[in-house]
Amino acid sequence: MKNVLLFAVLLLLALSVSGVGAQDQVTLVIESWRNDDLTAWEDVLIPAFEAAYPNINVEFAPTAPTEYNAALNTKLEGGTAGDLITCRPFDLSLALFQQGHLTSLNDLPGMENFGDVAKSAWITDDGSDVFCVPMASVIHGFLYNADVFAELGLSEPTTESEFYAVLDAIKADGNYAPLVMGTNDQWESATMGFQNIGPNYWMGEEGRLGLIAGTAKYNEGGFLAAFEALAKWQPYLPDGYQAQTYPDSQNMFSLGLGAIYPAGSWDISVFRSQADFELGAFPPPVPDGQETCYISDHTDIAMGMNAASAHSEEARLFLEWMTTPEFAQLYSNAIPGFFSLSNAAITLDDPLAQEFVDWRGTCESTIRSAYQILSRGTPNNETELWSYSAQLLNGALSAQEAADAIQAGLASWYEPQMGG
Amino acid sequence: MNEMPAGSRRKFPIHIIVFLAPAVIIYTLFMIWPLLDSLRLSLYAPSPDGGVTFVGFQNYATLFNDPNYSERFWGALRNNVVFFIIHMAVQNPVGLLLASFLASRVTRFRTVFRTLIFTPTVLSVVLVGFIWRLILSPLWGISEGILAVIGIENQPWLGLPETALPTLSLVSVWQYVGIPMMLFLAALIAIPDEIIEAAQVDGATGWNVFWRIKLPLILPTVGIVGVLTFVGNFNAFDLIYTTQTALAGPNFATDLLATLFYRTFFGFQLQLGNPTMGATVAGVMFAIILAGVLVYLFGWQRRLLRNEVQL
Repeated sequence: MKNVLLFAVLLLLALSVSGVGAQDQVTLVIESWRNDDLTAWEDVLIPAFEAAYPNINVEFAPTAPTEYNAALNTKLEGGTAGDLITCRPFDLSLALFQQGHLTSLNDLPGMENFGDVAKSAWITDDGSDVFCVPMASVIHGFLYNADVFAELGLSEPTTESEFYAVLDAIKADGNYAPLVMGTNDQWESATMGFQNIGPNYWMGEEGRLGLIAGTAKYNEGGFLAAFEALAKWQPYLPDGYQAQTYPDSQNMFSLGLGAIYPAGSWDISVFRSQADFELGAFPPPVPDGQETCYISDHTDIAMGMNAASAHSEEARLFLEWMTTPEFAQLYSNAIPGFFSLSNAAITLDDPLAQEFVDWRGTCESTIRSAYQILSRGTPNNETELWSYSAQLLNGALSAQEAADAIQAGLASWYEPQMGG
Repeated sequence: MNEMPAGSRRKFPIHIIVFLAPAVIIYTLFMIWPLLDSLRLSLYAPSPDGGVTFVGFQNYATLFNDPNYSERFWGALRNNVVFFIIHMAVQNPVGLLLASFLASRVTRFRTVFRTLIFTPTVLSVVLVGFIWRLILSPLWGISEGILAVIGIENQPWLGLPETALPTLSLVSVWQYVGIPMMLFLAALIAIPDEIIEAAQVDGATGWNVFWRIKLPLILPTVGIVGVLTFVGNFNAFDLIYTTQTALAGPNFATDLLATLFYRTFFGFQLQLGNPTMGATVAGVMFAIILAGVLVYLFGWQRRLLRNEVQL
């Protein structure tokens, strides 16, 4: 009898202890497409947060980038999504907000640390509601194998003609692929190709806003010039580039088989860990005689809160922490190539990442042309850019044909572009 | 007293319900009901207030006629037909050939060959896609050396619009050839030896025996293999998705109905998913597969049964 009583008391005690534990300890789950960042979150960012908030556990649960949007939508509909949602820029996240899956963050303390440009990708069209905490932008440019440049006696090109002179020299040497890019996955053709060099031709924001207003067109002026410039890349791509995937290109460049890699700044961390040669970087070369340079400094990633989260208070605490200069500093250095959008002054340890971010001071920034508003209809402008840029590089279409097709697709549903 | 036996004879045979219930419940819950609900969804369209409104068959009209959808739809259907034809023309004859070799008494190591040929079928499609991507890679693939031996110049097979679909079809054939082989093998082994021996006594050559005795006797299996290939091909998705992503490049050259469905239903990159149009694509896929299966049931299986009765 005594034993039974003792057992009962112990059981009660054990239950109450575990019960208290469950109440105190909250686990937040982060949905993300950045599986490359898993170690940075688990080793640096989450421990820093958990040190400040010991009662909150955070779990980073990424999905493959190409599956993220579909998987996230399904999870949100089914009520199984995580508490914190990594936000794609513009319409995808806007749609989630309008469907009530993301909460408004207007009154989140710390949002004043971000400028209007930073917030522009995660705000309603009328500017009344911000629904994600801006995290970072990515910058396009070119990475190069400095050992190859030294071997062939080349220097960083700044103008278009210098760029092609460098490419011709590498091609003449014959030992290295001049431009390391493939068209198999299609998005590189548009993102690392068209959107990388394009802003120099369509004058950055001027051209992009012109498209939205209906005063600029894809098949004339700067945009057509960008397609024509992209078409010139074809002879410099590796053999069999039509079947070359993005990982193929990354491997090819990090193995030292190529000279110049059209890059997104997020590639820096990959090559830092894999390439054993000296890396260099230069911004997209300007057309000959042009004074101002333009770069794609694309607001790419932010974090919002699942409206159906069971732990909304803790999720808000986490988002609040993400607005701090401490997070901006940690994040920018843990994931080189993603540049914080915070107003806080941050220092970068990686000189290459620092070089990319320095271009913000010398060149005008813009974002990718199809992301704001223009990809709301059918056919989808961004998807068409991928497809036609890849076909252009495959030699299936001329620059004019590709540009005409994209313009026709946009004009078929986007009112400001109709009737032109 | 007389009531009892009569009553028990009329009593409903409850064990039939017990035996049928698990299958009926599971199939209804997980197959029939979702299928009907998906067909219902295809008759709706998203309305501005966030819900859906009934639009009848308008989605189907859009899919067939609106250039934004019809170009992709007819393209995917055409690719799917090519995909199916290549399977019917290569996979099933090769499967039959292999089965004939394995069924003949002279073949040694029969089990070893059978296992080896069947192995790819049980491999993960993701693995198969990845292996073949590596083999065919223009950068470091081994296809270049192999093809040079037989005098074919290497191409970026998966990157050219003309070659991507045939290449992937053949990869799929390579993976699944084991299934028709096993089915044909089972049918060939089941043919009684006396019939074949009698034919040989009558002076029939091996060729004659195959065409006039074995093939007619395995015709039911030919039909089953055909319809399995049809259903499998018009549902095919995973190989394309793992090698070419949902965008089914280059320039949609490898787009099948299922990849079109995936892009439409779940969305792709900046394109938002459209569940009702997705359900419409799924509805068309269902109709195509249903039509194919009906052709098999009434055009093939029934005729075979009638022939058997005549025998």
